[in-house]
Amino acid sequence: MELNGYHSEDEGGTETDDGETRLRTPGKGRAGDPRIGGGTEEAAAFPREQGEPSERRARHTADSPRKSRPPFPWFGMDIGGTLVKLVYFEPKDITAEEEQEEVENLKSIRKYLTSNVAYGSTGIRDVHLELKDLTLCGRTGNLHFIRFPTQDLPAFLQMGRDKHFSSLHTTLCATGGGAYKFEADFRMMADLQLLKLDELDCLIRGVLYIDSVNSSGPSECYYFENPMDPVHCIVKPYKLENPYPLLLVNIGSGVSILAVYSKDNFKRVTGTSLGGGTFLGLCCLLTGCSTFEEALEMASLGESTRVDKLVRDIYGGDYERFGLPGWAVASSFGNMMCKEKRESVSKEDLARATLITITNNIGSITRMCALNENIERVVFVGNFLRVNTLSMKLLAYAMEYWSKGQLKALFLQHEGYFGAVGALLELLNPS
Amino acid sequence: MADCSQAGSGRHSMDKSITLPPDEIFRNLENAKRFAIDIGGSLTKLAYYSTVQHKVAKVRSFDHTAKEVDGDPLYEISVQEEITARLHFIKFENAYIETCLDFIKDHLVNTETKVIKATGGGAYKFKELIEKKLRLKVDKEDEMSCLIKGCNFVLKNIPHEAFVYAKHADSEFRFQNTHPDIFPYLLINIGSGVSIVKVESEDKFERIGGSSIGGGTFWGLGALLTKTKRFDELLQLASRGQHTSVDMLVKDIYGGAYGSLGLTGDLIASSFGKSATTDKEFSKEDMAKSLLHMISNDIGQLACLYARLHSLTRVYFGGFFIRGHPVTMHTITYSINFFTKGEVQALFLRHEGYLGAIGAFLKGAEEDNPNQYSWGENYAGSSGLMSVSPDLNPMQRVRSGTFDMLEMDRLERQLVNLPLLQDPSSYIPDTVDLTEDALARQYWLYCFEEALDGVVNRAVASQPDLPQAVERAEKFRQKYLHKLQTLRHQPFAYGSLTVRSLLDTREHCLNEFNFPDPYSKIKQKENDLALRYFQKVVRSLEKLTWEQRQFALVKGLLAGNVFDWGAKAVSDVLESNPEFGFEEAKHQLQERPWLVDCYDQWIARLKGPPHKCALFFVDNSGIDIILGVFPFVRELLCRGTEVVLASNSGPALNDVTNSELQILTERIAAMDSVIQAAIKEDRLTLVQSGSSSPCLDLSRLDKALAVVVRERHTDLVVIEGMGRAIHTNYYAALSCESLKLAVIKNSWLAERLGGKIFSVVFKYEIPPQSPGLRR
Repeated sequence: MELNGYHSEDEGGTETDDGETRLRTPGKGRAGDPRIGGGTEEAAAFPREQGEPSERRARHTADSPRKSRPPFPWFGMDIGGTLVKLVYFEPKDITAEEEQEEVENLKSIRKYLTSNVAYGSTGIRDVHLELKDLTLCGRTGNLHFIRFPTQDLPAFLQMGRDKHFSSLHTTLCATGGGAYKFEADFRMMADLQLLKLDELDCLIRGVLYIDSVNSSGPSECYYFENPMDPVHCIVKPYKLENPYPLLLVNIGSGVSILAVYSKDNFKRVTGTSLGGGTFLGLCCLLTGCSTFEEALEMASLGESTRVDKLVRDIYGGDYERFGLPGWAVASSFGNMMCKEKRESVSKEDLARATLITITNNIGSITRMCALNENIERVVFVGNFLRVNTLSMKLLAYAMEYWSKGQLKALFLQHEGYFGAVGALLELLNPS
Repeated sequence: MADCSQAGSGRHSMDKSITLPPDEIFRNLENAKRFAIDIGGSLTKLAYYSTVQHKVAKVRSFDHTAKEVDGDPLYEISVQEEITARLHFIKFENAYIETCLDFIKDHLVNTETKVIKATGGGAYKFKELIEKKLRLKVDKEDEMSCLIKGCNFVLKNIPHEAFVYAKHADSEFRFQNTHPDIFPYLLINIGSGVSIVKVESEDKFERIGGSSIGGGTFWGLGALLTKTKRFDELLQLASRGQHTSVDMLVKDIYGGAYGSLGLTGDLIASSFGKSATTDKEFSKEDMAKSLLHMISNDIGQLACLYARLHSLTRVYFGGFFIRGHPVTMHTITYSINFFTKGEVQALFLRHEGYLGAIGAFLKGAEEDNPNQYSWGENYAGSSGLMSVSPDLNPMQRVRSGTFDMLEMDRLERQLVNLPLLQDPSSYIPDTVDLTEDALARQYWLYCFEEALDGVVNRAVASQPDLPQAVERAEKFRQKYLHKLQTLRHQPFAYGSLTVRSLLDTREHCLNEFNFPDPYSKIKQKENDLALRYFQKVVRSLEKLTWEQRQFALVKGLLAGNVFDWGAKAVSDVLESNPEFGFEEAKHQLQERPWLVDCYDQWIARLKGPPHKCALFFVDNSGIDIILGVFPFVRELLCRGTEVVLASNSGPALNDVTNSELQILTERIAAMDSVIQAAIKEDRLTLVQSGSSSPCLDLSRLDKALAVVVRERHTDLVVIEGMGRAIHTNYYAALSCESLKLAVIKNSWLAERLGGKIFSVVFKYEIPPQSPGLRR
């Protein structure tokens, strides 16, 4: 047991009551994070410390009748079709005594994760999302948000194996399709047993938790006022206090749309396969780009009206009979039916048109679901929206315009990490 | 939404030659007035209203108050010219516009026409050309309202207009029974974009939504991805591709299904998701397929969301993305099934390509009130739906360079449902759908081909004094033979193939070549002959006891029904042995128990109170009507039951027509006091059915008939004969008591029903909750 960091059954007993998803004490976020840019060499991140099988068994007996805090490290993982999202809780209230007892493995993982902002060539820590001085299960610390492409999961597992992550005997809570798909790989390659969790449960748990906990600093939930107005567009905080009923639109590689009626009453209304994966996939094929950031960059420079056929291209102006404004897209990529126009568009135009097409489509399906479910509040999450202000503004505008102001599009700072957060919460407070 | 005509398929071949003789395409142009044109991205649809002059057979009673000479015919038959209205719709590639306009200009006689209604994206582009060539003013009409108007028109007037597409079924097309009330419905028009229109009534429709992801997206994005320029080629690429190599499936993320949500592993989680994460090259076919799925699924999903929001279950799809393409019909159908879990069916339309032209035409023809009439598809003049699987059909005309026609005849009267149908929306007239029953199809097509010689001979014989009867009959033979051949390869060409449609097509073809009533003389002779025995038959019946008489009446009805020129087995006997008599027919009949035998129930019912009013759909002339039906009717009248005799409006085979029946009834009334009194007291009424078919469609009957039926509180329907009670209506459920009786005069059919030739069907049915049951 002593190898498992700070865990002790006695201690757990006293901590349990206030260990429930307690609100973060409104501490002061440290300005100018000293860890940014600091780095240790990756290879040394996980020292080869051995863990004995007997100790692992001992760990499993920790299920006492009384609720107990799991041993560190605390991770939550969401393995999606394109990205793996990882949240890591870094305890900041470690006493000197604890520090002494802390095994090397654990220490080096903590150091490795918290002192880097990039891992390998594709892993990234979203420093700006870090939640500081968070109290979780009676411990205070910082919550870190890390992502890397799902296709690099084998490398991640290899590293876990090299660093003997399994010796820490932590339960790895994972959600997303990859938790199922790669379960065997985790076991075979890294000797890790996954606790698989439903992604929608995790998503909703994560959203509700982060919104409740992130009360200082920039508001977790926000919306756009005058989204299409370059001068008067402002981001405004939104209080998600009594959020139900709520339509939750998760835009990852594909899209899931959930109607949430209470903390644990929700249903998946529908989904669409036209999501972030489609945007990136089509952009890769049309422009030869290879990353989401590249695709977005191109989109920001392009002009979609050269690619799309607008209502005014057909009717010379508004199609008044049906209340269609001239600027509305009549046919996405409609101009590309003509050879001459195909030859005159740029890659940037194509990227822009792809982004607009996918975004508008998500908007209209969402709007129809909101009408069918009779819900007026829509929260958009998922990594498609990461650094994608264009899409967010477009969604905000489309929701409002086509619903004549009935619908409100809301966004959350931690866009794509809610599933992973939900998985972490499940580790700490099994439902 | 308009198509991008520059990239259209018509552009690359500017072939000006017309492959068919134009006078067979633009028919009746000399009488044409009111033109409309719908010019799309690649196809032009022309519509015009014309009149057709054709011969009709009329019967006129002689003045019988004068001395009666034995041997004088009962009535006189004359062939007269009649003018009827017909709508012509022709579809051809845009490449032929100029040639076609020239042809029309040269043949246009009517100078009253000043305007041509135009719609479609190409209407602007060709405006000048049309105005210059035809010297008609182009009057542009809104595309969407034309589309809706056209859609309402075909749904109302063409019984098997809508179909469900099933890729792997025996027949790709499942035609739908048109609901008596076509409204409300959803029309999803997939042009370059998508428009979703809710249609609530003839004049009320609303575009409730749409999507920019449509046919233009498939075409434009597909062209970018695959460097393939033509829409058709893109579809072909797609049909050969595998989307799973490009799309990220649920199993690519989960390793299997997402069980808790019921999402199967093969479901697409992210369209084109694999091209985002792998660097490999993708084949054109695979990308095109992935794109097709992406767009079809998206449209299907939106359609379902709108259908649900507005609580609509009838959803029709149209537009160039759909237009007869099996690939897109299949993917859209799949998507709708997936998203609605089968609650909503994707419906397609046989004449979808014509909707705009029909609508534009109707807008220009409002003063003729085309919507106040009922119209019927003319099977002789219409091309029918082409097969969509070219490899299956050697008869298929290549898509380009051809002309497709639709002709609709204005019917003399408005047709409505029989008010006594138990559930009009589920009523299907035909007993066997030959589109689905391949064995029956083969037999009947063979049977009709076999009988063709006889029909040709009969036609020639019916017009000994008229010019070119032989030549015209030969043309008829060729035309009908060609129709049969077409139907062999594409049974779905005119909706569900049925014995009725085969019979009706034959009648249409006969009319086309001016053989309005080949059996008129035979009918005349037989009527004459039978009348002479009427009193004798009645007298002998009166001598019988009640029980004996009832049986004799039914047997007479059945024996009379043996006299049928429509059945080949009988026409052979009749032709070789004209003395084949009534008594002989009785001997031919099957002994009881019959193949279907409800006689005991019927007799039990007759012992109860009389029916209020019986509606009797009669069959053949001669012995059938005079010696079979009238004695039976007479007995009903004596019981105190009113009788409505419904007969055909126009001739079909040897079926008695309404005008013939009027003369016959007069003659019988003159001989029989019961009939005479009944006519005088208005207890015996003659009505026309509105049909000119040997079969009977109870959903398309003369409005006046429906009124009489309702007014008289009809509580018994009698349907007689193979055509009306076996080929059609055998399973028809009525809300009152019904009697369906026929003699099976076809050994193949008899065998199929489990009997022998001349087997008897005597089907007496009482609907649930009928007062008859609670006697």
